Amino acid sequence: MCLAVPAKILKIEGVEAEVSAGGAQFRAGIQMIENAGIGDYVLIHAGFAIQKISAAEAEETLNLLQELSSLNM
Amino acid sequence: MKYIDEFRKKDSVMKLAEVIRQNAGRDYTFMEVCGGHTAAIHRFGLPSLLPETIKLISGPGCPVCVTGTDFIDKAVEYSGDKHVIIATFGDMIRVPGTASSLEKEKTKGADVRIVLSAFEALEIAKANPRMTVIFLAIGFETTVPGTAIAILQAEKDRTGNFFILCAHKVMPPAMELLLKGETNINGFICPGHVAAITGSRIFDFIPDRFKLGCVVSGFEPVDLLLSILMLVRQVNSKSPEVEIQYSRVVSREGNQIARKYMDEVFDPCDALWRGLGKISAGGLRLKKKYQNHDTDVIMPVTTELAREMPGCICGDILKGLKTPQQCPLYLVKCVPENPVGACMVSAEGSCNTWYRYKNAV
Repeated sequence: MCLAVPAKILKIEGVEAEVSAGGAQFRAGIQMIENAGIGDYVLIHAGFAIQKISAAEAEETLNLLQELSSLNM
Repeated sequence: MKYIDEFRKKDSVMKLAEVIRQNAGRDYTFMEVCGGHTAAIHRFGLPSLLPETIKLISGPGCPVCVTGTDFIDKAVEYSGDKHVIIATFGDMIRVPGTASSLEKEKTKGADVRIVLSAFEALEIAKANPRMTVIFLAIGFETTVPGTAIAILQAEKDRTGNFFILCAHKVMPPAMELLLKGETNINGFICPGHVAAITGSRIFDFIPDRFKLGCVVSGFEPVDLLLSILMLVRQVNSKSPEVEIQYSRVVSREGNQIARKYMDEVFDPCDALWRGLGKISAGGLRLKKKYQNHDTDVIMPVTTELAREMPGCICGDILKGLKTPQQCPLYLVKCVPENPVGACMVSAEGSCNTWYRYKNAV
């Protein structure tokens, strides 16, 4: 129920955006997103974008993973 | 797909499983609170990658599962009025009430429509001004801001025929209740999408008062394994705290705009949780100035005393005390095609998840 999918904003019209997720395109409300921009990745839940996805933080998590992998194992 | 594929890489998953095995020096029991986590854990077969000393148990974080039978009974009652359209998320339609379900009422002619968002329900109300449209507002903090936005829009457009039957719930009081009872949990895998809205700080009371660790997790296999590793390390070092694994989406403060919408439209209230009973401040209701959209205020119905099916142990499963296999009805009388309890209906319910992934093996 709290399922949410990452999607890319393609177009913005007022409080709605056309987004793309896994090849599917649909509309979602962006009322909760500050400064939504085209090309931003957002998380969609029940018809609304609930948060922007931070590319920098995603990178950091993946780097952490890299570090773990390079540890003595 | 960006933000999915890189968190599903086999190499990373195997490596993480290995690091967890090396760090796991005792028995651990972690509860994944969110039903979405339960589904992901089994879908990706994570228990088979973990050492036997790490036990994962499911918690009360499936909104369909914790919605009380009385709620279904009320919705069924409303659906009998030919001037009413019920708009609901898909899963709710199949949950058995005391005497019927919305699905059964629909086959008898009730106008029950599946929607993907509160806004879609509002659109139905606008398109059918002579009908009373009732949106079944269920869900945790993740879903609440969407309902709030729909209510504010209905006010703005004066869509007077848009109502909600509200069973929105909030997570922290339920987790607190579990911790006050009989439990052997060593840490929580905390719901990532609830925290995307609320921020991770809502879990601060857990290390502060109960000395247990919390890791707010994402939903991909790498996310979940990393979260489990973080919890293992917290237990090992006896330093419980709230950590955020899902930092690409979750911050300490959450989404402040979404929280403003919630606070503008809803007030906390006591709420009935299936299995957990009445939880003080465990739910939300519309603020007085928006109660013209509240079915409980405008068109209250009385239903007969709600009954659970005898033998159904959804309650104990939601508390993490029992597993589906311990239920006498599981796979005997209760299957996804003909569910007895709500945990078999929702794709995030423990019983449904077990049915799909455990029986397949």
